[in-house]
Amino acid sequence: MGAYIVRRLLATFPVMAVVAVFVFLLLRLAPGDPAALIAGDDATSADIDAIRAKLGLDLPIWEQFVLWIADILRGDLGVSIFSNLPVTVLIGQRLEPTLMLMLATLFVAVTLAIPLGVLAAWKARTAIDRIVMVFSVLGFAVPVFLAGYVLIYIFSIQLRWLPVQGYRPLAQGLWPCLQGLILPAIALGTTYMALIARITRASMLEVLAQDYIRTANAKGLATRRVLLLHALKNASVPIVTVIGIGIALLISGVVITETVFNIPGLGRLTVDAVLKRDYPIVQGLILVFAGVKVLINLMIDLSYVFLDPRIRY
Amino acid sequence: MGRTTSVFRGLLLGSVSGLFLVHAAAAPALAETVLRASMHADVRTLDPHWTTQTIAGIHGMLVYDTLFGVDDELIPKPQMVGDYKISDDRKTYTFTLREGLKFHDGTPVTTNDVIASLKRWGAKDQAARAMMGYVSALEKVDERTFRMVLTEPYGLVLDTLGKTGTMVPIIMREKDASTEGNAQVTEAIGSGPFRMLKEQWVPGSKTVYARNADYVPRKEAPSGFSGAKVPRVDRIELLWIADAQTRMQALIAGEIDFLEQPSVDFVPILEQTPNVKVIRTGSVDSHWGTIRINHLHPPFDKPEARQALYHLVKQEDFLQTIVGNPQYYRVCYSFITCGTAYADETGKEQVGDYNPKKALEKLKAAGYKNEPISVLAATDHHTITPASQVLLASMRAAGINVDAVSIDWGSVVARRAKREKPEAGGWNIFVTTSSGVSSLNPALNTWLGAGCEKANVGWPCDEELDRLRAQFAFAGSVEERKQIARKIQERAVHVVPYIIFGQWTQPLAYRSDKIDGIVPVTGTTVFWNIAKKG
Repeated sequence: MGAYIVRRLLATFPVMAVVAVFVFLLLRLAPGDPAALIAGDDATSADIDAIRAKLGLDLPIWEQFVLWIADILRGDLGVSIFSNLPVTVLIGQRLEPTLMLMLATLFVAVTLAIPLGVLAAWKARTAIDRIVMVFSVLGFAVPVFLAGYVLIYIFSIQLRWLPVQGYRPLAQGLWPCLQGLILPAIALGTTYMALIARITRASMLEVLAQDYIRTANAKGLATRRVLLLHALKNASVPIVTVIGIGIALLISGVVITETVFNIPGLGRLTVDAVLKRDYPIVQGLILVFAGVKVLINLMIDLSYVFLDPRIRY
Repeated sequence: MGRTTSVFRGLLLGSVSGLFLVHAAAAPALAETVLRASMHADVRTLDPHWTTQTIAGIHGMLVYDTLFGVDDELIPKPQMVGDYKISDDRKTYTFTLREGLKFHDGTPVTTNDVIASLKRWGAKDQAARAMMGYVSALEKVDERTFRMVLTEPYGLVLDTLGKTGTMVPIIMREKDASTEGNAQVTEAIGSGPFRMLKEQWVPGSKTVYARNADYVPRKEAPSGFSGAKVPRVDRIELLWIADAQTRMQALIAGEIDFLEQPSVDFVPILEQTPNVKVIRTGSVDSHWGTIRINHLHPPFDKPEARQALYHLVKQEDFLQTIVGNPQYYRVCYSFITCGTAYADETGKEQVGDYNPKKALEKLKAAGYKNEPISVLAATDHHTITPASQVLLASMRAAGINVDAVSIDWGSVVARRAKREKPEAGGWNIFVTTSSGVSSLNPALNTWLGAGCEKANVGWPCDEELDRLRAQFAFAGSVEERKQIARKIQERAVHVVPYIIFGQWTQPLAYRSDKIDGIVPVTGTTVFWNIAKKG
């Protein structure tokens, strides 16, 4: 197991290297020029060239790449072209809102989806099953931004229960923080709830058809015990996989939610940096995202060992 | 080990500082008055001389002060300057600073600071460069008095020093102003009515300012950018809310007090919302739209081909598409902002003659052989994108072979600087907008410049037009200027540096139950004199 973890961690280095090359080239080959954006409408070509030189963007691409890689190896993700602040500080400022939004979303999605999925499987082909599945299809179909606007209109504008926008850090207290996360977590969580509920239902249906479940029922075990202890645990490998994939998807999913609810997280930072061609921020963020995704995949793979004793590494 | 972990240390530091600083920012003291304003963009840089972004100018007007400021009638009035004298030959200006001016670090503002700031700005801004071309000396007389000596009696010195919008001639500390022009000033220590709380700055989200208790306002009543600039709230939070609908909802819910540029689609909703007021931003229209033409490449290297494009533009179509409400727009055929002193609509019969069929005929007569016309069409701008689509539709309706290059605005800005042929990565046409105040003076309207390779992108090249613009700068009276402005208009109609598709004003909205004292100005936003109610 230990050797497996070390092997997997070592394997992240070539993955990160490939990501680094791709993101660097993609940004440099894409149209757009931060120097022109900085210089603005009244600037002459000479002004733009001077800014480009100051930013080091006039150097050959290979030279820019070598300098960037050298900085990364020194533990330096660079400095934002526009704000002149270190990329690590900018990412650090945005980490908490995104993490809290992801946690809240997962909480909403998992706590509702798994019971709904189990219920649908237990009551398969009944009205309850169909209601749950219709709800799941709706969850997939309704875009996050639309759900967000509807929730804001009802709960913030009409009922005045929750704020329209903004994020309050945990340091201000749990409730003020949660107040700003409830609507975004519901808006974003609906999609994941639908996904997880469907997978839970399908996986549970497969397990519920197994002989040992029939045996458990024949022994007279309580339905709750059969469903939760015997069936759900054995159905959990695909569910955990989907939850893990969901976490990875959330990294991109939060962009729209952060925009609609004005949460100053990593998603907004990424979009703003791309639009402004703030290369150091985009490069730093994508490396961080890639690292997080690799780690999440590793954690999912490791969790299989605990969920299914037959799996060994 | 230490180096490799510095990324994580940075992340940790950022997280912790973000945690506590945002907490501090969002938890003002009990009696503190806080103005929360949602802006059109986020404050991305602290150096107003580093970029022409309007938001950098707004930040600059909060933190710094200027020597002169224009009033509601756009007449420059002294601001940091107490007294000034102009020599009889109009070649020597002597300025004396007001007493008691101090930077936020407590040091007094001296002529050393002023001269260093003017030199830095003079190397960056186009209007400043035009003026500095005639400045032979900027001399210190004493700590509060300095002299500007000109080689010629350039007539726009005070107008240039009172410039608003972007690249405003703000006064920095000498040590900041000594920073090379293409490098950023990383501190925000000015002598303006508000201090920036840099440690609470979250780029892309929030910028925070506090009242400058040491600021000494002028005695005169506020008027535009002149008169008393009184900081009447303890704290200002400039918020960047990316989504237009969320911005509007935040104002309706009372979470923000001030919405700088509500989307025009939402203005009717805001106008009907209790306790929300929508007002114009000053007497001059805030924006004008322009179709910029590349003069370097066929067919638009010939004036006849450029003039043919007049027949493609029906301004109402553009204005209806991007603004909608006639209350906020106007048709204008002048190269100078309509509604201002030097506007002149001579040639409107030609400029306003919408006739796509005639456009194609004239283009063919000018040598157009159905080659593709490359139009850079931005896909992500709230006004430029729809305006580009109107132009493309009109060109196609005329039967012109259009190569619509659909790219984001950042890519348009990069590509429009390329002088290559369209097929080699250059361009023929793009649509843009500009500030109304930037084009109310023919000599300072850089889009009107026709100095060939020295001109703005598109590179118009016409000696006569540039000679007239220079002549305007030396005119001795308003009447003389008006006469020259008419000649400039006539010449510009022939040269076609750009085609106007109308002008409009971007209203602002605020909570009338929570704040008052807004000073409406055009082209930017100011926060002095705004007070919280109750």
